Amino acid sequence: MKQDIILAGVGGQGILSIAFVIDNAALKEGYNFKQAEVHGMAQRGGAVQSHLRLSSDPIFSDLIPKGGADMILSVEPLECLRYLDYLSPEGVVVTSQSSFVNIPNYPDIEKVLSEIETLEKKVLVDSEKLAKEAGSPRAQNMVMLGAASPHLILREENLKAFIRVLFEPRGDKMVEMNLKAFELGRSAAL
Amino acid sequence: MKQEVLLGDEAVALGAIHAGLSGGYSYPGTPASEIMEYLIRASNGGKKFIASWSVNEKVAYEEALGVSYAGKRALVSMKHVGLNVAADPFMNSAITGANGGLVVVVADDPGMHSSQNEQDSRYFAQFAQIFCFEPSNHQEAYDMTRKSFDLSESLGIPVLIRMVTRLSHSRSRVQPHPPQVQNPLKYGEGIDWTLLPVNARRQFKILVEKQGDLIKASNKSEFNSLRINTDNTELGIIASGIAYNYVLENYKDETERPSILKITTYPLPEDLIKKLVKHVDTILVVEEGYPFIEKNLMGIFGIVGKDIRGKLSGYLPSTGELSPETVRQGLEMEPLPKRQIKDFPMAARPPQLCQGCSHADTYRALNEALGSYPQSNVFSDIGCYTLGALPPYSAIQSCVCMGASVSMAKGGAEAGVYPSVAVIGDSTFAHSGLTPLLDAAAKDTNMTVLILDNATVAMTGGQPTFLSGEKLERVIEGLGVGKKHIRTIIPLPKNHEINVQIMKEEFDHNGLSVIIAARECVQQARRKKRSEAE
Repeated sequence: MKQDIILAGVGGQGILSIAFVIDNAALKEGYNFKQAEVHGMAQRGGAVQSHLRLSSDPIFSDLIPKGGADMILSVEPLECLRYLDYLSPEGVVVTSQSSFVNIPNYPDIEKVLSEIETLEKKVLVDSEKLAKEAGSPRAQNMVMLGAASPHLILREENLKAFIRVLFEPRGDKMVEMNLKAFELGRSAAL
Repeated sequence: MKQEVLLGDEAVALGAIHAGLSGGYSYPGTPASEIMEYLIRASNGGKKFIASWSVNEKVAYEEALGVSYAGKRALVSMKHVGLNVAADPFMNSAITGANGGLVVVVADDPGMHSSQNEQDSRYFAQFAQIFCFEPSNHQEAYDMTRKSFDLSESLGIPVLIRMVTRLSHSRSRVQPHPPQVQNPLKYGEGIDWTLLPVNARRQFKILVEKQGDLIKASNKSEFNSLRINTDNTELGIIASGIAYNYVLENYKDETERPSILKITTYPLPEDLIKKLVKHVDTILVVEEGYPFIEKNLMGIFGIVGKDIRGKLSGYLPSTGELSPETVRQGLEMEPLPKRQIKDFPMAARPPQLCQGCSHADTYRALNEALGSYPQSNVFSDIGCYTLGALPPYSAIQSCVCMGASVSMAKGGAEAGVYPSVAVIGDSTFAHSGLTPLLDAAAKDTNMTVLILDNATVAMTGGQPTFLSGEKLERVIEGLGVGKKHIRTIIPLPKNHEINVQIMKEEFDHNGLSVIIAARECVQQARRKKRSEAE
């Protein structure tokens, strides 16, 4: 059993929080994993990606080979397109449809979304709306994790357990809000 | 012991702690910063061991060396270009030798994700004639760090660990082993460390004579492996560090693998290389960084009857970082099927200054102030503010190395550039800007130094700065800059007009001026607020 995931988004959208939850759930379920991430200059408001590999066999490369990803999980629609050459022909794209525009030449959002529509396996979620419904627009990352969860090889309860661990230091309200974001994302995708 | 989820950098830090570390020192720099971040968190405020940010890499190195001379175990960590700054103590500590284990961790940045070059630190290890480890995964990063301390003590030399971005910033499981206790204080032989020519000649000879032992240690290291495929005498692969992973990624089926030599230690394990070369006709060398092994193998004449492939022969790209695909190509395998979107206008999303960043206000004022002069040069430095080179600011014209802005502005001014402006952050100024400013003050050079004081090392995640606020002003004055020409501005949109005016006044002053643009980093302010809330 293996799952290679490209996590994508814009610096500040909380990609590494998604990675934290998946990493720890994978550890709990006894999977090997490697997760390559981006820090420093590469991060500031720019495109951010993380290569996340889960497998019951040993994992060699920290990077997923192009054409090898089983999933692209993106918190931003343009960003999921950036990494399409990593996706295997059978792979699935789980992406937010809410654009994050911080560049002057951001393409027409309708074109971005229709490009995503041409993919065979895709899940599009209005993460901005659902995150607000959960209590904060900053919870879009957990909405997207929820939306991806039916396609992950990890168990839902383990993902939730580590959402608790992640947000516990910031109080019960934060925990509940992020769990709700996860739930809303999950039901939107099912 | 329980398995842990660690970054490669953190695996090094934990390995050092479990090896009985007494003192760790560093200056922030991507991709090495997380080593010290972890050490500081684990040090329990210095009660367990010393873990501290130093003012620059040279200072950090010398502090670690002092710990080693006291017989205790020391680690110094930095990014690759940091070793240029620390090169002087580094080279000489190889000659004085280590007393307590001295481990130098250097994180290279192939592909230049956050750096101005992709220099390969294995050359530095060779230059200093010391031992070097190059881990290929997290467990090795932990195990090799522990081993490095033992080896440093048994060989009596510093040991270098070469990390690369992809391992430093990748997370995986690590199995730790029971920790050992710290060394007791043990005074060494001062005569070994006093590099007067008479001592240095003796010490250097000792270092050169040790080289045979280093090669022996490399030959028998448990971290190298040679697997000979007796059925295949055509192709053999030499792969070092994380490049080994990219090779295996392309040979998931073990039975298809040609003979593979995995190298993780330097000087090169010569015996293992000879064995592999003897067995095959073609050798593909796969290594991250410069063609270090490949060049060693080729020499000038190559090896008669053998086809040596790698970066020099064009089988692998000679710049940038390796990937599973580039290695696949080097192995002459068909690429994996993948999808591609044609004709879609992808827009790049480069990193940028944060919303509300003080540097943005400073650059707007600087651009306007300089607009009244026919020409000018803005020499800049290394930090978030280097992003001021990009639109919409396009405000700076150089970024070379830490502290260079001030010295280059002086050189520029002396060559006739006017206005000649230096732009440098508070931490970079403390790191390497003080000495050139002392120089400029002594000559009252006609130039303006703009110090962007955001009270933190912002770029690398908000580490503490050594020089900010009032202390910074006092130091500038102490360096000999006239008090009248030390000005402070608050870079905010509402102060734009006055800030432009102050800049112009100081450009018009025929002599040295320092303008401090003081406003807290917005990210740091947010972090403070959050930690207060928690």
